[in-house]
Amino acid sequence: MKHPKIIVVGGGLAGLMATIRVAESGVPVELFSIVPVKRSHSVCAQGGINAAKNQKGEGDTTQKHFDDTIYGGDFLANQPLVKRMCEAAPGIIDLLDRMGVTFNRTPEGLLDYRRFGGTLYHRTAFAGATTGQQLLYALDEQVRRHEAEGRVTKREGWTFLSAVIDETGVARGICAMDLRSMEVKTFHADAVIFCTGGVGAIFGRSTNSVVCTGSAQSALFQQGVDYANGEFIQVHPTAIPGEDKLRLMSESARGEGGRVWVPRNPQEKRAPRSIPEAERFYFLEEWYPKYGNLVPRDIATRAIHRIVYQEKLGLNGQAAVYLDVTHIPRETLDRKLEGILEIYEKFLGVDPRDEPMKVFPAMHYTMGGMWVNAEDQATSIPGIFAAGECEYQYHGANRLGANSLVSCIFGGGIAGPAAVKYARGLEKGTESVAHSVFEHEQRRQEAKNAALIAQDGTENPITIWKELGEVMTEHVTVTRINRNLETAYAKLGELSARYRKINLSDRTRWSNQTLNFARELENMLILARVITIGAFYRNESRGAHYKPDFPDRDDANWLKTTRAKWVNNDIELTYESVDISQIPPRPRRYDAAK
Amino acid sequence: MAEKQVILRIKRQQSPKEAARWEEFALPWRPSMNVIICLRDIAENPVTRDGKKTTPISYDSNCLEEICGSCAMLINGKARMACSALVDQLEQPIRIEPMTKFPVVRDLAVDRQFMFESLKRVKAWIPIDGTYDLGEGPRLSAEQQEKAYPLSNCITCGSCLEVCPQVNENSKFMGAAIFSQVRLFNMHPTGAMHAKERLQASMGNGGIEDCANSQNCVVACPKGIPLTESLAEVQRDAWKQALFGWLIG
Repeated sequence: MKHPKIIVVGGGLAGLMATIRVAESGVPVELFSIVPVKRSHSVCAQGGINAAKNQKGEGDTTQKHFDDTIYGGDFLANQPLVKRMCEAAPGIIDLLDRMGVTFNRTPEGLLDYRRFGGTLYHRTAFAGATTGQQLLYALDEQVRRHEAEGRVTKREGWTFLSAVIDETGVARGICAMDLRSMEVKTFHADAVIFCTGGVGAIFGRSTNSVVCTGSAQSALFQQGVDYANGEFIQVHPTAIPGEDKLRLMSESARGEGGRVWVPRNPQEKRAPRSIPEAERFYFLEEWYPKYGNLVPRDIATRAIHRIVYQEKLGLNGQAAVYLDVTHIPRETLDRKLEGILEIYEKFLGVDPRDEPMKVFPAMHYTMGGMWVNAEDQATSIPGIFAAGECEYQYHGANRLGANSLVSCIFGGGIAGPAAVKYARGLEKGTESVAHSVFEHEQRRQEAKNAALIAQDGTENPITIWKELGEVMTEHVTVTRINRNLETAYAKLGELSARYRKINLSDRTRWSNQTLNFARELENMLILARVITIGAFYRNESRGAHYKPDFPDRDDANWLKTTRAKWVNNDIELTYESVDISQIPPRPRRYDAAK
Repeated sequence: MAEKQVILRIKRQQSPKEAARWEEFALPWRPSMNVIICLRDIAENPVTRDGKKTTPISYDSNCLEEICGSCAMLINGKARMACSALVDQLEQPIRIEPMTKFPVVRDLAVDRQFMFESLKRVKAWIPIDGTYDLGEGPRLSAEQQEKAYPLSNCITCGSCLEVCPQVNENSKFMGAAIFSQVRLFNMHPTGAMHAKERLQASMGNGGIEDCANSQNCVVACPKGIPLTESLAEVQRDAWKQALFGWLIG
């Protein structure tokens, strides 16, 4: 193919990076996004981005970053790409710096670095406590420049419905829906890169944004894109509970010296700051003296659950612990953490500079995602690539804080050129594919919409979604027990049956958000099953996946990737070995140095 | 005693072509409710206060923590983000309308494409040579970073345009958010090399000269960005450019 065309679906960090790389290679790229790309979920990333720049003279190296990432991920990640990512990270920081990201600076005018969970080094570059927002804006600006110069066409306000796959099983484009006119349309492409983010909405309330439903990856799964390690769901230890959202309170609060504690006396009635030091239980510092408050997220989350549910030491008997930054000078807090402290203040009306924050763990991130190969982000369907949170490659069984931004940019940066190379290597391009292939996909999607709109049922999609979130949060997050997973799986079946009786309460054909949500919900119900069934079969504890009945990591049986396939309208699990060619697995513990 | 309720009056509009109308809703009150929670309640049970069936309300939202800029709307007459509009701090009935300076898509959802087009017009980016490895960026003092960072917090929500008297049917004034970005990029050592282009693009139809200094923008900004400082600085630089540009090159 001399003049290929590329589509990118999703305009967060990974999607924007992929777009820039494709545009730079001179290939036209069409960028699809539900929201204007500047409003993508990457803006919610707070604490920072990792790169072993060793700018504090601590002897940090990319090899140590690599080891921390593999160890933090409990040895489930394939190692070669992770190694490449850690080696590329310092260059990624330089690039972002050149793009004008307002990283915090040292007195010498160099980038400042903070500490983050799962490492003993100052390795995390940051822009206040809104690093994701600043990084996304930098890439958004570069894409806008390419757009102004005619290399990028944006289609914002469109949602992906399905891939267009020809009779030989090769992806040739996508089918998407305009969220205003509700028009369903197909688009040609020689390769498609998916950067469609996380799956938080499957758990109802999470730290994720509204658009993070996993709907695109689920639709692709049902078309034959394999899904790997779905059961690995990260629950962030510190979030602010809320009815609509569990708002993240970044690990950077602890990276800057924040301490987690509860009163030793569960009947404690005094205001937190009047409780003497000796009567406070800094349980992370006591249990994990080496890493203290900066143990990885899975460890901190389980510790908080233990304090609340087993030790019964939750604040006033409730599911909450203190995250305390009141001992840190106000000036430092304002300079380094203002963005996140403002969130707390705004949504709770309490100033965390004066009073310890009340926090509790919340679903935050999926380590699992679309299966991609170990070289260039290609999925199991030719012509489909994936990068960012929607794929599974970089974080194993648990992601380290501040590694997500770097994996998005690295993965997107690989996927762009890989898609171009693939497209250029095609003998016949998408334009040579029979029109009927596209027409058939469009009809199939239009029929789905028509059926949903015509349907006169009794079920409300929001109600079903809330119940989905409740059952997934209760049984498929921090602690997993097989009999509960069976209950959850049965509940998912029941919800799917009820889904068939939904009523949209809106039959209009203009900006019908309920129709779009109903379509996402159907896909969420399928992906929820992939996550649950993966958790059920994995009888061990590894990283974020914790089964009290199988408390240890079991490398003999389970050092393998779960690979889910969609076969005859059902989920089939297969397992493949993990590439551990660089660092041999060793026990993972954070109560002492590695 | 009757259950505590939240009363909302919401301006509805089925499509850009149709006329607007008002609907009233009564929802069960819960602690820590915000306007987004109210809109979700309505979606789950789309019935008006007087018991009539209606459709769920269309609105833009995404992050729900005031950093994506999606959910700006008029709440009790004030342009603000719905996610951080806490019910207990609002006078009832809570009056909710779409912003008026942008075309309505449906109900509370509006089209803010104008802002993104304006960012394109003023070249709001650092023109890097490419994404390949070219080493570190320029050194910056902590002081420079602390000046730039607040400007870079702009979420393109449109509140500053909504409250600006100069943004109206007869004027294409780009609004404070855009000029604040001009200032941000002109401040950066690499961006400054192209300051002239940005300043030129900031003048003319809808340009900086239309600012009438009402200073509403800086009050409305949910991120506390020093917008009036930005306007003043860009205005000064643009004048300099216009008057002496031929001299300073």
